[in-house]
Amino acid sequence: MTNMEFIIGKYNYWIYIVLMMIGFYAMIAKRNLVKKIVGMNIFQTAIILFFVSIGSKKGGATIPIIRAGDEAVNAAQYINPLPHVLMLTAIVVMVSTFGVAMALILMIYRKYRTLEEDEILKPGAET
Amino acid sequence: MTEHAPVLIIVIPLMAACLNILLGLWKKELSYPWAVLVTAVVFGLSLLLMQTVLSGGTVHYRLGGWAPPWGIEYVIDHLNAFLAVIVSFIGCIVAVYSRRSIEKELPGKQVYFYSIYLLLITGLLGITVTGDVFNIYVFLEISSLAGYALIAVGDDRAPMASFNYVIMGTIGACFYLLGVGYLYMVTGTLNMGDLSRILPGLSHSRVVYTAFAFFMVGTAIKMAFFPLHIWLPAAYTHAPSAVSAIAASTMTKVGAYVMIRIMYTVFKPAFSLEVIPMSAILGWASAAAMIAGSVLALGQKDLKRMFSFMLVAEVGYIVMGVSRGNSTAFTGAVLHILNDAFMMACLFLVAGAVRYRKNARNITDLAGLHQEMPLTMLALFAAALSMVGVPPTAGFFSKWYLILGTIKAGEWIFAAAFLLSSLLNAVMFYRVLETVYYTGEPTPKRQGGSSAAVNEVPLTMLGPILVMAVGVLVLGLFSGRIIDTVIRFTVPEGF
Amino acid sequence: MDTVHSIQPVLVLATSLAAAILIMVTGDRNRNLREAWTLVAALLKFLIVLSMVPAVLDRTILECTLVSIAPGLTLQFRVDSLGLFFALAASFLWLVTSFYSIGYVRSQQEHAQTRYFACFAGAMSATMGVAFAGNLFTTFLFYEIITICTFPLVAHKETADAMAGGRRYLTYLLGTSVAFQLTAIVLTYSFAGTLEYADAGILAGRAPDSVLMVIFVLFIAGISKAAMMPFHSWLPAAMVAPTPVSALLHAVAVVKTGVFVVLRVVLHVFGVDLLGDLGLGTALVYFASFTIITASVIALRQDNLKRRLAYSTVSQLSYVILGAALLTPSSITGGIMHIALHAFGKITLFFAAGAIYVAAHKTEISQLNGIGKQMPFTMAAFTLGSLSMIGMPPLGGFLSKWWIALGAIEAKELLILIVIATSTILNAAYFLPILYAVFFKEPRLGQHGSAGEGIHEAPLLMVVPLMLTALGALALFFAPSVFLDLARGAVSAVMGGQ
Repeated sequence: MTNMEFIIGKYNYWIYIVLMMIGFYAMIAKRNLVKKIVGMNIFQTAIILFFVSIGSKKGGATIPIIRAGDEAVNAAQYINPLPHVLMLTAIVVMVSTFGVAMALILMIYRKYRTLEEDEILKPGAET
Repeated sequence: MTEHAPVLIIVIPLMAACLNILLGLWKKELSYPWAVLVTAVVFGLSLLLMQTVLSGGTVHYRLGGWAPPWGIEYVIDHLNAFLAVIVSFIGCIVAVYSRRSIEKELPGKQVYFYSIYLLLITGLLGITVTGDVFNIYVFLEISSLAGYALIAVGDDRAPMASFNYVIMGTIGACFYLLGVGYLYMVTGTLNMGDLSRILPGLSHSRVVYTAFAFFMVGTAIKMAFFPLHIWLPAAYTHAPSAVSAIAASTMTKVGAYVMIRIMYTVFKPAFSLEVIPMSAILGWASAAAMIAGSVLALGQKDLKRMFSFMLVAEVGYIVMGVSRGNSTAFTGAVLHILNDAFMMACLFLVAGAVRYRKNARNITDLAGLHQEMPLTMLALFAAALSMVGVPPTAGFFSKWYLILGTIKAGEWIFAAAFLLSSLLNAVMFYRVLETVYYTGEPTPKRQGGSSAAVNEVPLTMLGPILVMAVGVLVLGLFSGRIIDTVIRFTVPEGF
Repeated sequence: MDTVHSIQPVLVLATSLAAAILIMVTGDRNRNLREAWTLVAALLKFLIVLSMVPAVLDRTILECTLVSIAPGLTLQFRVDSLGLFFALAASFLWLVTSFYSIGYVRSQQEHAQTRYFACFAGAMSATMGVAFAGNLFTTFLFYEIITICTFPLVAHKETADAMAGGRRYLTYLLGTSVAFQLTAIVLTYSFAGTLEYADAGILAGRAPDSVLMVIFVLFIAGISKAAMMPFHSWLPAAMVAPTPVSALLHAVAVVKTGVFVVLRVVLHVFGVDLLGDLGLGTALVYFASFTIITASVIALRQDNLKRRLAYSTVSQLSYVILGAALLTPSSITGGIMHIALHAFGKITLFFAAGAIYVAAHKTEISQLNGIGKQMPFTMAAFTLGSLSMIGMPPLGGFLSKWWIALGAIEAKELLILIVIATSTILNAAYFLPILYAVFFKEPRLGQHGSAGEGIHEAPLLMVVPLMLTALGALALFFAPSVFLDLARGAVSAVMGGQ
């Protein structure tokens, strides 16, 4: 497998990794709290994308049949609905996290009248 | 009833949390007794579970009757039951304690507080009973979300501390979720039992390595393992007293539990310790955690902040024991989960009592408090002895096993780290106790006069504090029995 | 040798513990009742200890296992000759000190008396625990409890000085025991698989020599209560404590616990044979000798009476270790005997120092000129005590030095004879000038203030005890019977009847 095939053949992973890194960067490096949350959302969405993409399969894919026994069932070989279902739950979790984070931001904004981390952390910033 | 206990332990607090809102709409005062009642029932159930496990071995419960790998399976063995008992017991005790302190710190918001509190308990217990890796993620997030909310309602700086916790916690949870995804990709199952059967055949797959790495980092963040602990001190310092107590004593322990499960149930010791050199990585990181936690704690003025850094060190103790790869150290680690839960609960409850009575947070504010709050300070003393590791308090025995374990593994330097950390703890608590007993207004020369006015915290707060303090002593004396009846069975095969 | 189950050791501990609790409950409300608890407990304890003597002399071992917490970690009491020897000396002196304490504390109108007496009782209970401990874990447990219980006594005055002394006290004792002693215990357990004392030692053949040496060094460094140099400086610092505390704890309970544990380690953990094979005995001999001489030299230069006594203690404690380290029957007998003989002498000296402070408010040696005329009984006792320290017959201190010297000859360590001789001279050099000044020098003008002429002694409750211990030091020379029998019993047990 050449390098090109390696990249193109697994493009779904590359996309999710790039997205995840963008989100990760925003969460860690941005000083504005809203941007952090935006980053968090991108980060989480990237993971959803990853899960969904491992469930899908183009051409020649079959429905899931799990044989009895303990052999590894390669989930990448068939169209698997389970990751999608898992992601429904994960989305619920993520939305709740988002909600809690937004509520926190509101609390912080009311207290400090700013959402820039630098200004908040300044001593005596509370109003 | 008995056979449904594994699910009831989660369903009851979950439903109770929702019902609590309705109950609160009708009569606000009912929230507190309701929460205490529910946590007590849950504690009873977890004891029942423990009893079942002790007499009949591992309990398997299939949700809705679906067999794995399609359905979610709850599996309760000795380790699960052990954690469930700890979490529910401390949950109950802190619920009792919370009445007055929440009245004071969150006036008028008791109804919501107790709802979220019950959700927190739900999440923590869910982690301990489930045998499904994705289900763990869900419960991890339930407990964390409840935790974010509870921490945010603390003092002025709490929202910001909580926000940082949200960011870090989410990263941890997402990493964990990625680990689940990778494992699912190669195994097609989420059930821990199935995973543990399938994975040994795949131990050279790069995907499995990646999954393992994501799991480790994810759980390390959730349990505040050094150097990923940065969210913890601020969050636990600024949270309401009762929340700090429950979070410090149980949330990190449950994180440690997840780490144990991943390392030794999902993956096998042969993989975690031999294929991947986790023993060395975690060993050095834990040693750093112990020393750094203790040193950082030395520099703190705020009582709760100091305890938080000690908690970071204590997490290091647990991980050190878990990762040594021999049964002695592992026994010590599991015992330390229990002991540390009690010690931390005791310390944070005392800090809460001091705040309640004196509105004080700094160590210097403790001056001479032994006259006003003799029993509370005695409890602090007991917990301090245990943290230092003076026999016969509980802390000594877990440390004993941990140190023996490191020596068994031939890792002298880690044994030295334990001792150094103990010494630092001793210095720290000496400072605190000296302030309590020997500073403040000089004792007047009294001849047969009565002592200064005793002004203890209300009984609902004092009771839990004393229960924890006595617990620290009693657990020490019963460590042998606890090891024989429970912990012995939690040691993974292959040790 | 029979082993009999007995709850007597538990009773001994319980009496003091009960006293501590009763004292706290009674509090300042009824001071006579509170002091009564101290005295009743002291008497009861002494009687129970005494009641165990016949059985132990009969070579029976009284054993009592309280709880087995985990493998190796058992709370177990085992009364053998060595333990009973220590218990007997300590419990008798506690009885005497109780009277003295009450006299001292009341005449000084000390603050926080309840705390004082409660901690006192707690410390004694723990000392008995060390004496009767049947394994290293139990020993360590009570060793730490002693430290914690005595801290409030050392820091009793709550002044900046007292706190500094207390801090140093705690740092040294707790620090070394957690850092070194605990490590040694853990290592012992991981190699020997047991922590129970045995007459032949438990470590022989269990570990490589190098590890054994490390363990031994860790033990010696970890038992800083024995005040071996360089871990001795807590002892002079602890002299800020009220005098009865210094007397009991720093001449009897705390420091003697230290040397007692060293004896336990030497005799019952390593065993005489193993130490001899490793050559560690000789190393310890020179280490102890160094402490003996150096501490004596430092003592020469102290003007504060209690500090001089403290350095004298540092030096004398090492005699016990020296005796044990020579590893011959006579020297070990001498070492063990020195625990009791030194205790009687030194407690007399401290009592006298306290009496001088109470009656004349003098703390420095240079202020003591001519005080013998004012306090004849106290100073007579002081004389007996210091002569015993020097090792002059017919006083107890002579016996132990004699045996240790005999042992040195047996062991062909002639250098040690020189050490003993030098130290005797040094002892004389720091005690005799005091005696001379006290009896023969004229007080400087205005030195004794208005007290002036005539006899002006401390309260009777203080003078009688110090007379008693002084006479005890004298009596022990002529009739060391019980103590000597116990010491011989202990030695024959570990030496296999050599």
